Amino acid sequence: MTTRSYAAARRTLSIGDKLLDVNWGLVLLITIIATAGFAMLYSVAGGSFHPWALPQMVRFVIGLILLITIAMVDIRVWMSLAYPLYGAALVLLLATTIMGKVGGLGAQRWLELGPLQIQPSELMKISLVLALSRYLHGQQVEDISKPLKLLIPLAMIGLPAVLVLMQPNLGTAMILCADGASLLFLAGLSWWWILPTLGAGVAAVPIAWRFMHDYQKQRVLTFLNPSSDALGAGWNISQAEIAVGSGGLAGKGYMQGTQSRLNFLPEKETDFIWTVLGEEFGFVGCIAMLLLFAVVIAYGIRIAMASRSQFGRLLATGITLNFFFYIMINASMVMGLIPVVGIPMPLISYGGTAMLTVMVGFGLLMSVHVHRQVEIPRHSSGLM
Amino acid sequence: MPIFDRKDKSRYATFTRRTLLMTGGVNVVFAVLAGRLYQLQIREGDEFMTRAEENRVSQRLVAPLRGRILDRFGIELASNRRNYRVLIVKEQAVEGVDAAIDTIGKLIYLSDHQREKVKRDIANNKPFAPVPVAENLSWDEFARINLHLPYLPGIQPDVGETRSYPYGPDLSHILGYVASVSVDDMKSDDDPLLSIPGFRIGKRGIEKEFEHEIRGKAGASRVEVNAYGRVIRELGHDAGTPGSDVYLTIDQQVQQFAAQRLGNESAACAVLDISNGDVISLVSSPGYDPNAFNVGISQNEWNALTTDDHKPLINKVITGEYPPGSTFKPVIAAACMDNGLADLQVNCTGSMTLGNNVFHCWSWKKGGHGHVDLKRAIAASCDIFFYEAAKRLGIDKIHDTAIALGLGGKTGIELPGERPGLIPSRGWKLKRFGVPWQQGETLNTGIGQGYVTATPLQLATLAARIASGNAVSPRITRYIGHSEQPRIPLNRLPFSDTALAAVQEGMNMVANVPGGTAFPWRITQPGFEMAGKTGTAQVRRITREDRATGRVGNANQPWKLREHALFIAYAPVQLPRYALGIIQEHGATPEHTHVQMARDILLFAQQRDPVKLPNAYPVNAADRGVDEVRG
Repeated sequence: MTTRSYAAARRTLSIGDKLLDVNWGLVLLITIIATAGFAMLYSVAGGSFHPWALPQMVRFVIGLILLITIAMVDIRVWMSLAYPLYGAALVLLLATTIMGKVGGLGAQRWLELGPLQIQPSELMKISLVLALSRYLHGQQVEDISKPLKLLIPLAMIGLPAVLVLMQPNLGTAMILCADGASLLFLAGLSWWWILPTLGAGVAAVPIAWRFMHDYQKQRVLTFLNPSSDALGAGWNISQAEIAVGSGGLAGKGYMQGTQSRLNFLPEKETDFIWTVLGEEFGFVGCIAMLLLFAVVIAYGIRIAMASRSQFGRLLATGITLNFFFYIMINASMVMGLIPVVGIPMPLISYGGTAMLTVMVGFGLLMSVHVHRQVEIPRHSSGLM
Repeated sequence: MPIFDRKDKSRYATFTRRTLLMTGGVNVVFAVLAGRLYQLQIREGDEFMTRAEENRVSQRLVAPLRGRILDRFGIELASNRRNYRVLIVKEQAVEGVDAAIDTIGKLIYLSDHQREKVKRDIANNKPFAPVPVAENLSWDEFARINLHLPYLPGIQPDVGETRSYPYGPDLSHILGYVASVSVDDMKSDDDPLLSIPGFRIGKRGIEKEFEHEIRGKAGASRVEVNAYGRVIRELGHDAGTPGSDVYLTIDQQVQQFAAQRLGNESAACAVLDISNGDVISLVSSPGYDPNAFNVGISQNEWNALTTDDHKPLINKVITGEYPPGSTFKPVIAAACMDNGLADLQVNCTGSMTLGNNVFHCWSWKKGGHGHVDLKRAIAASCDIFFYEAAKRLGIDKIHDTAIALGLGGKTGIELPGERPGLIPSRGWKLKRFGVPWQQGETLNTGIGQGYVTATPLQLATLAARIASGNAVSPRITRYIGHSEQPRIPLNRLPFSDTALAAVQEGMNMVANVPGGTAFPWRITQPGFEMAGKTGTAQVRRITREDRATGRVGNANQPWKLREHALFIAYAPVQLPRYALGIIQEHGATPEHTHVQMARDILLFAQQRDPVKLPNAYPVNAADRGVDEVRG
């Protein structure tokens, strides 16, 4: 701990300083990925900015402004807001789920507040990472694994996960659990907890099966044997694989994807956008995109490692891993590695909420980067 | 400074360690994703490329143009007409299907039945599939639709092809008709064309007999389709090979005249070119409208056709097997001439006795014909003479002569469903009934009754063979596409010239000598005179009681029980060119309407003389030479 860093931690940065300090390389990288997304949306619309590319660009610009704005705010502010945000997200989630059940509708993921449509589950992803980071910031490594102390973070993860599962939205519930588990792991949860839990998880598969919805079971069954239902539920998987596979090494060329152009691909502009990339740009294009994603993740981890506060480190890693889980689940799903669960590809898939969530996340990541020298006492994790 | 203690340091160390571990996990996942990409795109890329192409490209069969059927002068008897029709595409009908149909209904007539069918078809098809609203529109109707097109969203005018039979019922039994493919058709024919919606195949007549030649070869259209089957664009087109045209020997004019002359009687008539067997006219009456089957016949129309006691759907001229009656007598006469009975004379008293049976002459009421020789027997159609002749000849000689003259077996005309008729023999009786032949049956055969049956076409053939002494066999097609149909060689029949001359003279006397049974209805125009032989065939047995009560005349019987009236003829008497066979079912009348029909048809045929007119086809001059070098 040098004197210089000590002094920097004490100094209050001006907005100008902060703007200069923003990791513009990462911003550029995100913009490149998003632009590739616009290109894909332009392609699936048959060479048109409507109806997808243009709204997506507008949202991205809004997201970019949001990202910079959030980055300017001190992470201590975000830390202090962590619990209230989590609480608000939980209430909204509860409201959505209850209204959904009462309304008698199947999947209820949206909450309409006047003209505003929000998806509380998306809000929860960010809030959970924030709140868990804050909670774990206040814990000693040896304390985390104590059963009673562990109950709190487990409840923080489990409550929203169950609510989301009831909507039902298996994909988001999975991501919430993965986010929470990763943070516990990074904070130093004992292997004595981790390994038995993994074992129990495997053992619980048959039990989970019983609680799954029919459509979820069908997805799993179809996944295991897509040809069993080649014209029904297996259709999506088969057609997606055909799209990606037929791209070959270099792809069929931009806007030349027959699978997407002729509507053989389901939801090609949202969850299945990856297959369009695979079809039109082939192996080369997909690997390039995976590399871009990997560089983003590397940036995120570097930012986490450079942070001087445990909150900052956990928040940065949590956000980064959240981003990673999106990519992992979406790519695996559309390439037939896991059942279809309905998770978009971040930055590329068409969709306002997902885009804003991802950009808000990157805003927090950037805030950690800008405020990497800020040191926060452990005890300030408590409720204020 | 209590903020950073050692514990914070250890926490950071733990975090770093675990982050590195996690990064390792992330890398593994990326490696798996890359591996999956490699597997899908590099290793199985070709296979998926093929499957994407299979998705995208659809082969559609294109129906070839059906070959035409033409008469000997190239007049189209069956052709492909432009079918002006109106289609509706549901998804483009922005104001709704009902509104669109109502609007069309104001421009052209649409029955309730049609409207319902359209709605049903729309419900059964994809929203982008065009469904026919109305077909076979007149040009006026079609133009009206086109004029209003800007106000008819979702409506598409379209020009298709449909089979057309311009002469309707006149040629129905020759041409047959085309209709939708049935399940049975699909089983017996694996041509993929049959699966095209709306495809029509020949069901009867020439359309059926030469279906494969007329149909042509399927073309193909390679189209790009989307996931819903909508055609995006055509990638390639092969129109296929049009079907071959079929050239008939028929002269449409004689055919039409004959058909009109038979009118609505239940009758059949065949006219042959004696020189080569070409069928000039082949009428079975009543006919039906073949166009109705193509468009789709209604249940009412079908019921009317099937319940009609004149049986319009039966091609009587080749499938009707009738007792030839007295038209069989020239056969007996020919047999007599070459079997030592040339000078046979019989005294006809009106009846003769064989065992316990009495055989009557048709002239029994006026006490018989008196002394008759062979020619007079033919002219007066004396039954007693032919009973006696048959008795002396025996059934076997009669059988052989009848076969030689073209009876008792299929003529081989190129039409489906021909019946062979029947000439009985000892062997046939034993095989068929297991009992030996009776002499009384020979006597019945002598006047063309009993087991003997023949089709009208066979009777025309019989007339042609007697007139020429050649083994004339009828044929109805001359060319299929560019290849000539094989000709049947004209072998000389095993009869002496004197035998033929005697029978011919007898038949001449029938029409041209007073006392001949057809004399009142002869052709009087010089040079066109006909020779012939009348006949009646009993539908029921005349009982002794009938003779006692005088209930023999036809007029007193219900139509169904009246005798058939038959006539064979050829003309002109000198150098015969046309042979004819005719039957009028239950038509035996004192006025001999069937002989009048035959007279008019033969006169018309001679005056027009189609066999001497140049043919429109073929281009081949050598063939035309054959036609014109005739006696």
